[in-house]
Parts: sequence; structure tokens; C-alpha cells
Amino acid sequence: MSEHSYVETAEEARRNPEYVRALQELLFQAADDDYILAYRGAEWLGLAPHIEEDVAFSSMSQDMMGHAAMLYEMLEELGAGKADDLAHMRSPDAFRNAIIIERPNGTGDYADQPHYDWAYAIARYSLYGVFKQIRLEALAYSTYVPLAQAAGKMQREHHYHVRYWHMWFKRLASSTDDARARLNAALEQVWSDIGELFLLGRASASIVGFGLIAGEDDISQRWMNATRNMFASNGIDWPGDWGVPVQKGREGQHTDDLAQAVSTLSEVYRLDPAASW
Amino acid sequence: MSNRTDPDRALDNERLAKFLERIDRGDKIEADDWMPDDYRNQLIKLISMHGVSEIMGALPEKEWVPKAPTLRRKLAIMAKVQDEMGHGQLLLRVVEDLLAPLGKNRDDLLQDLFSGRLKFHNVFHMEAPTWADAGVIAWLVDGAAIITQTMSLETSYAPYARALQRICAEEKFHAQHGESIVLELAEGTPAQRQMLQDAVTRWWPSLLMFFGPPEGGTVSSNQLLNMRYKIRSQTNEELRQVFFHKYVHRIYHLGLTLPDDTIRYDEAEGVWHYQQPDWDRFVQIVRGNGPCSAQRLRLRKTSYEEAKWVRDAMLAAPRAEHMAGGRL
Ligand SMILES: [Fe+2]
Ligand SMILES: [Fe+2]
Repeated sequence: MSEHSYVETAEEARRNPEYVRALQELLFQAADDDYILAYRGAEWLGLAPHIEEDVAFSSMSQDMMGHAAMLYEMLEELGAGKADDLAHMRSPDAFRNAIIIERPNGTGDYADQPHYDWAYAIARYSLYGVFKQIRLEALAYSTYVPLAQAAGKMQREHHYHVRYWHMWFKRLASSTDDARARLNAALEQVWSDIGELFLLGRASASIVGFGLIAGEDDISQRWMNATRNMFASNGIDWPGDWGVPVQKGREGQHTDDLAQAVSTLSEVYRLDPAASW
Repeated sequence: MSNRTDPDRALDNERLAKFLERIDRGDKIEADDWMPDDYRNQLIKLISMHGVSEIMGALPEKEWVPKAPTLRRKLAIMAKVQDEMGHGQLLLRVVEDLLAPLGKNRDDLLQDLFSGRLKFHNVFHMEAPTWADAGVIAWLVDGAAIITQTMSLETSYAPYARALQRICAEEKFHAQHGESIVLELAEGTPAQRQMLQDAVTRWWPSLLMFFGPPEGGTVSSNQLLNMRYKIRSQTNEELRQVFFHKYVHRIYHLGLTLPDDTIRYDEAEGVWHYQQPDWDRFVQIVRGNGPCSAQRLRLRKTSYEEAKWVRDAMLAAPRAEHMAGGRL
């Protein structure tokens, strides 16, 4: 298969095992990012700073969960297993989300004494939001046509998320000194993890080689341009070189926070995966 | 007010007579219309309780949002809990208009909630320990809410009626969502059926309490005043009877039992006889001494207090930008 040949269906993709392997890696990265971050969003339910915000936030978490479901279904068609099994039965080392995604919202459990940090939420969601937008734009050119089409659908919803997070970013940057200080502290925290978001994991070469998405440097460069603008227009200093976490989430290394999230997400399903729920 | 003069009082009496005429005619009252203080106070009490109950009601179900067994169920319950927060928002806005002439706002309401002065529905003080509880809440608690809210659609206060119109439409989806969870469990494995039966048994007394104590009992309520003002048109007991009519057979039909050996329908009288729940316990629960009252209030209070800096930031942010905020 040449670099620029398009693959129209799952059936066609499955004729080339190497193509499928690369495609599945990429799909797990995108699906797991949205799935776990939607979970973090769901933990905020009922706890957002304002009732209006709760409703808006929840609507975005649903969109993200919906995107994850769409991608897991795509994986199902490619022979990776049942979508619900993928979401609930994999062990944490099979997850490909970046570590920044699994970081907790703050301390405490969502049902017991949560001390969640809205500034961290804004920092993480706005910077992830920019990344996701760029990833979706790049996926629109993917050689896997069903993915390119799905990316278009997701972009329409994601567009609103980005606008929303930017509005909050601006609000925190330009209101009180306290809010600005908290935003800066949160950005510093996010910055130490953010570099991993752009990585494509062990299958990077074949993912790019098959024309499934643009390369890591290309994506991170585009992200940097967009983010620099956002920082500059809000008077936030550019933090300099970013960090990457110790664990390599894109290669299946995770923190205990992911193990905990997965065990919560699958608690009921695992009671009886064969049953109908 | 002791310093008021007789002409003031005469004017008030005249206004009250006119107001009652409007009520009797079936006129609907708007927020800016003159209304007697006790009408306003009853509305504030009723609608703020309804509003905070929607918000507090999001908490027991929220526990099950991440745990919902499948991707499809996760999406459905997320949407449901979001709707409930939306209902809370809609209702608090109605109350805010009623509170404004008294110089009070939403923050006062929330402070009343935290201090226990403002009560929320008994059902949301209870535990929801299994996935079946999430199903039973949506099917039967939302089902019960539909019954009281359908009655309230006829309320004499127009802004409340308008909010209820939208709320009722969404509640019907919630009840369907709950029924779908319940049916799946009822047709499932023995363990799933047992989980469902336990949840129904657990929720039954709370569901009876949901409609409030019967009149003439030991617990006083403002049913009569509210009926005079046409804020409501049916008594607690009448609503509970509607609930029995609608659900008892459906519950039996699923092969489930109720924790009440005495419940039966009397054809001749046209009423259901049943075992009264423990109304002293009801009073304790709504006073904030239910199994989850303290924990859920603490959740709401902590998140509200810790986010004060965010609300301050919202107030300080430029106005035009602020307005765009709530409109996603
Ligand atoms: Fe509701
Ligand atoms: Fe509901």
C-alpha cells in the first residue's frame, strides 16, 4: 500500500495487518484521551463553580464520551474487540492516553470530600482543546476514510468546546489577581506533562508512514503556534520548554490514577461482562 | 408592620380581594404583578425546594455516571444528570425573580440550603448503593415527580408553569431511560434481578414519602393554602393514589414484589390501601438526618465555598464577555 492510497472501509483495512496495527494504535490514543478526560469531566458533575457552568461542562463531557464511543466502535469494526469490552475490560497497560489526561482533578474522591481545582481544569482543557482541534484537522486528511469522516463530525462539536475553554482562559487571565495567579500555577503544572500529548507512541513511524496522521513535530509545531497566540493575547508569559512525564502513557505506562479511573469506569460492567446491561 | 396606616391596610385588602378574584377566574399571575405576601412566600418555599431538589438530586445519580455499565448507558445517564442541573438552574431563576423584591438572591438560597433552613426532597437524602438504584431512581422517582409536576402545570403562577412545561417534557425521557435500565435488569441474570428487587424494596418507603404526608395527620403542611391560591390542585394523598394506579401493577408485572403485604386496591371505594411509611422518620430525613444528608450537603457546600474565587473572577471579568459565558 503506498503512502497516499486511501482505505475506504474496515474490511479493506483488514486486508493489510500492518496498516490495521498502526491504525489501531492511533485510534486507541485518540479514544482513550477522550474517554478518560470525559471521565474526569463527569467527576466534576454537580461540583462546578456555578450551576450554569455545570450544565455547559457536562454537555462537553458527553460530547467527548460520544467521540470516544465512536472511536471504540471503529476499533470494533477493525477487529480489536467489542467497543464495551475495549472501554471496560482492558487492563491499564493497554490504555494509550497521555498522562496529562489521567491526572486527577484535585484531591479527594468525587463522591467524598473532593477538592477540585477549577484553574487546573481550565488550563488542562484549554490546552488539550487546542491539541484536539489540531489532531482532528490532521485526521481529516487521514488515509483511513472512515476516520477522516468521523473527524469532521467531531470537529463541529469540538469547535464549541474550544471557544468555551478559551473564554474561561481569558476570564481567569483578565479578572482578579487571584484568578490569574491560580491560572499561572495550573499552567505550570500542565506544562510539565504537556509534551507527551504530541507523541504517537511506538508505532509512530508506521502511523505516519501510512498517512494516518501528520507527524509529531508537525502537530506540536502547529499546537505551539496556536498556544503562543492564546498566551500572548491574554498577557500570559510563554513558559518555555515543556516537560514530559516519567511514565510513557502512549506506550501503556500509567500512574495509579488511571488504574483507579478504569476500575471505577468498569465496576458494574465487570460484575458480569456477559450479561446484558 | 406596626407603623402602617389604616389607608395602607385598606388598600391591601382591596388588592387582595382583586387578586383572589383573578385566581378564582383562572387568571395566571406574572412575576411583576401585585401578589399577597403569603402567596409569594408559598411560591418561594415550593419552587426553591423544587429547584434545590433537582440540584441535590443530581448527586446520588452522579455517583453512577462513571460507573454506568456500557458506553450507551454512560451517555444516557450523563445527559439525564445534566438535565436535572438544567432544571435546577431554570427553577432558581424563577425563584430569583420572586426573591428580588425582598432583597435576596441565589446566594441566600444556597446559604439557606447549607444551614438546613431550605429543605430538599426526602428521596435525595437516601443511599443509592447499586446500579439498580440508578435505574429505580430514574424510573420511579422521576415517575413520581412527573405526577406532581403535571398537576403543577396548572399552577396559578405563570413563570413556574412555563418552567414546568419544559421540565415535564424532559422528565418523561428520564422515566423512559430508567425503565429501560430496569427492564434490562428484570430480564437479566438472577444476580441482576436480585439487585433490582433489593433496590425496589429499598426505595418503596421513600417513594411513598415523596408525595408528603396525608392531610389530617400529625405532620402539618400548607396544602390548603396552596390549593386556595391554586398553586396546586390535588392533595398529597390524591397524588400518591395516582402513583399507585400507574406503577403497582407494572412493578408486579416485572415479577417484583413490594415490601408491603397489605397493599391492595379497593374496587368499591376506588382507593389503594397501603401501609403508611414512618412519618416521624420522614420528618427526620427532610430535617437533614437521612443516611446521606450530611455527606451530600457537604459535597455541595465544599464545592461552592472552594469556588468562591471563580465566582469573584466571573464578576470581575468584562461584562460583554461574561454574558457570552452562559450561552454555550
Ligand atoms: Fe428534573
Ligand atoms: Fe428527572
